Amino acid sequence: MEKILMRGNEAVAEAAVRAGCRLYFGYPITPQNEISEYLSFRLPQVGGVFLQAESEVAAIHMVYGAAATGARVMTSSSGPGVSLMQEGLSCLAAAELPCVVVNMSRGGPGVGNIQPAQGDYFQAVKGGGNGDYRLIVLAPSTVQELVDLTYRAFYLADKYRNPVEILGDGMLGQMMEPVAFREPEFPPLPPKDWTIRGKGSGPRKWIVCFDLDPKGLEELNLKLQRKYRLLEEQETDYDTFGDPEPEILLVGFGTVGRILKSVVREGKKEGLKLALFRPITLFPFPKAALFEKAKGVKAILVVEMNLGQMLEDVELAVRGKVPVFFLGHTGGVIPTVSEILEHVHGLLREEIRV
Amino acid sequence: MSGQRRSLKKPFTYCPGCHHGLAQRLIAEVIEELGIADRTIGVGPIGCSVYIYEFIDVDFVVGAHGRAPAIATGIKRSLPDRIVFSYQGDGDIAAIGTAEIIHVANRGELITSFFVNNAVFGMTGGQMAPTTLLGQKTKTTPLGRDPQVHGFPFRLGECLSVLEGSAYIARVALTRPQFIRQAKECIRKAFLTQMEGRGFSLVEILSPLPPQTGA
Repeated sequence: MEKILMRGNEAVAEAAVRAGCRLYFGYPITPQNEISEYLSFRLPQVGGVFLQAESEVAAIHMVYGAAATGARVMTSSSGPGVSLMQEGLSCLAAAELPCVVVNMSRGGPGVGNIQPAQGDYFQAVKGGGNGDYRLIVLAPSTVQELVDLTYRAFYLADKYRNPVEILGDGMLGQMMEPVAFREPEFPPLPPKDWTIRGKGSGPRKWIVCFDLDPKGLEELNLKLQRKYRLLEEQETDYDTFGDPEPEILLVGFGTVGRILKSVVREGKKEGLKLALFRPITLFPFPKAALFEKAKGVKAILVVEMNLGQMLEDVELAVRGKVPVFFLGHTGGVIPTVSEILEHVHGLLREEIRV
Repeated sequence: MSGQRRSLKKPFTYCPGCHHGLAQRLIAEVIEELGIADRTIGVGPIGCSVYIYEFIDVDFVVGAHGRAPAIATGIKRSLPDRIVFSYQGDGDIAAIGTAEIIHVANRGELITSFFVNNAVFGMTGGQMAPTTLLGQKTKTTPLGRDPQVHGFPFRLGECLSVLEGSAYIARVALTRPQFIRQAKECIRKAFLTQMEGRGFSLVEILSPLPPQTGA
């Protein structure tokens, strides 16, 4: 299949159009501006709508309105902009409206900086808005995977009537790699019989994100939880790479995942038995698979471009069976292969303790 | 005001003396008379009138506090041939949702907003709103609104009226039969402004807050 050299931000935008996204609402923020710049000319070519909103708050609620009509719709942002969207994301989750949000995350907290970082893991995975809800969170590590996961994001959003966040970072958004747009074949989706498009000749419908009756609201929450359990059973995804019986299991997501792949390769040259476990779905987190994979390893080393966020999910997944170590950088500092390898040697010499 | 009209589904549950029921009845009547109920989508606020979707017999979407104009934008951009309106109180539209309503108007978005102004936060129990009058006592201005401390009453309608995207901005009261007839005519004009594609339209409807709330 023909491959095109594309920047991550433009690739995710093109994949969204090919996945049927016809509306985009967003607000400029670095390092993801190429997404909206691309869609500002690409969406009108297919009869779609690009609208630059007055803020991320407005953008996510425009997404809410368009999603209620049943259209495939997306927004994108980074760090502080995604923080402003949390109100809307909580409402989208409560109203069970499908949409796709891309976070090309940057250094935080606060305004932070515009360098790549993974400090938005908690916000994306644990629910950054109010209430007991989850986003489906996908973490690509290459531009090709970013494209493939964009198709899947729109499918999962519609299948589960849930917002999906693609959690990349500034490095993935800015890097150029060859990509192929392989249109995946998904099983048929349930009919969208819940959409708000004017009642026509039928009975009217409504979509709201509240229930003032305690029993009613608890029932909504229990329904959401059943959906999240179903997601854990059916949609969990991860990648593994390296020695089938590793001494040390490296765990990292997104950009760090590709760095860890190099660590595994370099380690092999030095005679080290290393393997990578890379969660692709951050929610649902592949905890059962990780628990299995952790059996027999001497230690787990979690590497992140934050100071220990996915680390907590890894510790929960392995339930104390294996010592879990951590190496992290943040603020735009990117862990290097040699630094991680040095850390691995330290672990093997038992110089580094939990 | 009970639902004798086809476009009203059930008796209103608002406090006696509140004008939400009257305002929503007038909107329902205009929708019915224009023959647009089948293709009209309402967007509700947060506040006492959050239950508007139970009363008027059209499709509805309700989201977060103050964001109705942004939600309406998403609906209208997705379905340009539908009639889309938001219905919001003064706390919703003139405080937390100020940015959204100003930019909807400035874009000339083809939606209609109804701004029910009772100069106070009603549902939360009577706190100061941006529209609270000078000297007016509320739960959070127990000595009356003092411009030195609380600023001045916010004139949202006037602000919107100078924007090029605004095609029709009106303010009405419902305190006399004559005013009610005028208000209905303004509501009709606002919908027609949208249907003719002329730009953004808004009708501010003044309403009392009855004393039952303790406000």
